[in-house]
Amino acid sequence: MPMVTAPPTSPAYRLTDEQSMLRDAVRVLADEQIAPRAAEIDRTAEFPQDVRTLLASHDILALPFEERFGGIGGELLSLCLAIEQISRACATSGLILAVQELGALPIIIAGSQEQKQRWLPGLAAGQQLVAFALTEAEAGSDVAATRTRATRDGDSYVIDGAKRFISHGSVADLIAVFAVTDPEAPRHRSLSCFIVEVPTDGFSVPRIEHKMGIRGSPTAELAFNGVRVPAANLIGAEGDGFGIAMRTFERSRPGIAAQAVGIAQGALEVATRYAQERRQFGQRIGDLQMVGAMLADMDAATEAARQLLYKACVEIDGGSPDAGRWAAMCKLVAGDTAMRVTTDAVQVLGGYGYIDEFPVERMMRDAKITQLYEGTQQVQRLVIARALLGKDG
Amino acid sequence: MRIVVLVKPVPDPASGAERLGPDGRLDRAASPAVVNGNDEYALEAALKLVEEHGGEVTLVSMAPANAPETMRKALAMGAQSGLHVTDTALEGSDTVSTARVLAAALEGLEFDLVLAGVDTSDGVAGVVPAGVAALRRLPYLSYAAKIEPDPGAGTVRVRRISATGYDILEAPMPALISCTQALGEPRYPSLKGIMAARSRTIDTRSLGDLGVDGSGTGGAVATTAVVDSRPPEARGATRVVRDGADEAARQVVDFLAERRLLRGFN
Repeated sequence: MPMVTAPPTSPAYRLTDEQSMLRDAVRVLADEQIAPRAAEIDRTAEFPQDVRTLLASHDILALPFEERFGGIGGELLSLCLAIEQISRACATSGLILAVQELGALPIIIAGSQEQKQRWLPGLAAGQQLVAFALTEAEAGSDVAATRTRATRDGDSYVIDGAKRFISHGSVADLIAVFAVTDPEAPRHRSLSCFIVEVPTDGFSVPRIEHKMGIRGSPTAELAFNGVRVPAANLIGAEGDGFGIAMRTFERSRPGIAAQAVGIAQGALEVATRYAQERRQFGQRIGDLQMVGAMLADMDAATEAARQLLYKACVEIDGGSPDAGRWAAMCKLVAGDTAMRVTTDAVQVLGGYGYIDEFPVERMMRDAKITQLYEGTQQVQRLVIARALLGKDG
Repeated sequence: MRIVVLVKPVPDPASGAERLGPDGRLDRAASPAVVNGNDEYALEAALKLVEEHGGEVTLVSMAPANAPETMRKALAMGAQSGLHVTDTALEGSDTVSTARVLAAALEGLEFDLVLAGVDTSDGVAGVVPAGVAALRRLPYLSYAAKIEPDPGAGTVRVRRISATGYDILEAPMPALISCTQALGEPRYPSLKGIMAARSRTIDTRSLGDLGVDGSGTGGAVATTAVVDSRPPEARGATRVVRDGADEAARQVVDFLAERRLLRGFN
């Protein structure tokens, strides 16, 4: 019988020496420099410019980019190792790197050589930040419902509309904006992608959201009122927008999975240490079987999510025809794992888990977003099911 | 400037798994290896010096066969190349053998300075730098808190930590300096450094390559042996004061005063 899913196309992964060193270097940096800031970043809900500078100065923001554009390779697995280690200490800080990749992906995937040369080196150096503006108030999972318009006018386009829930929308220097260029075209050919350099006339940030988690990461509403963009800032051709967005998610969803695995690992570590130190009934609470079993499940689930993520990275980098499925699977599993593991970590700490004296309540709030953004878990399941079932007829 | 830094892989003190085998020798399989902490301070000082004066840093290590894994982190911090001496005849070597071999390894290298950590966190003998300096007949400047070379004059000045402050020593280069933590925190390896380290070479040599007779090295001729070791006794329970600042300060003062550790109180 034929298999309903294609077997993996890339060989089994093994971390290279450089990847192990890179992971360890980022972990030490995150433990020593970022973890002590995490509670304050959450409490003040201010974007941590100091962490952004730290990541830039250690070349960590260069990870998504090829060497010829000032990056250090652009390997998805290396990038995810770094996002995971940073997120283990602070999910907001891990997102700085994940969004830098997300926003740059349209340029990396579909930009011309000239466009890459123009924008990628500044992003790789961390001198500039980039945001990805697709979602609108009425167009979330249904990307084709986008209303923001871009109208050609001589050598430029004029953008009108509004975007919502845009990570880094208020701190970015470049914004990849998706807008309708041809309302008459079929659903998936109506969108185009533009790089808007901000600040610029007609662009404003009317609102920053007040959020449950990743509170230091500004999530902005963006308004475009007659924003004029040179035609040279169109990424790909008119009508390519939807395809660019989908290909972007094939590489960006593993970054969110990495954030989720990092959050889960961080919560597991806090809960385990607590279970070693806290004594009730004359013994370590971890030695109470009901608590020990929770820790065991948390550990096994986190490791399973991590292994799927790493495998997905190699499959996607290896050019798997099933890249969309791998990306959706790793985010689905990692996001649900992060939510469950952080919730259980709060349970292990009992009342102490519910107050901000310990970081697990923050981790639990941070974990929730990994089930929502870059496609809800329901959208991930839709993608996987479509890959399984194929088209009807 | 050409600077050689002597580095030693040691069991990671943070792992808490450092232990001796039944033969009294370090069980290297028990815990992951890291670059000895004081050697990292020496390397940081060396990297700062070449950033200021130009030149490059070479690592030299006498260590088991898998040492390049550990040395690569030092390359990622910015060292240009490494020389690794390894030989089964070196197993169980004492400080005398180690100093002899390192001195022989320096033979083929050109350098202005040799920097080494004041001691290593596993053996803690602290005599190898002085031994290498003596064998190579190099000026030996110890316990450095600051290193100021004058390449034009061909001299180097060192602030040596003393019981009362510091001494200022000056010597002609080449010289050997033992380095302390007062030189400044070692840098984190940057990711570009890690990638660049991939293409840097660690040259591995045997005793034969160095022209050293193996019968004079190793455990059989060691002048010292570890005969026993014990973990430190467990400390009493830690008392954590969680009250407000004024109340906490009062409790800390009372605690110290009760033990007659404060003068002028009570």
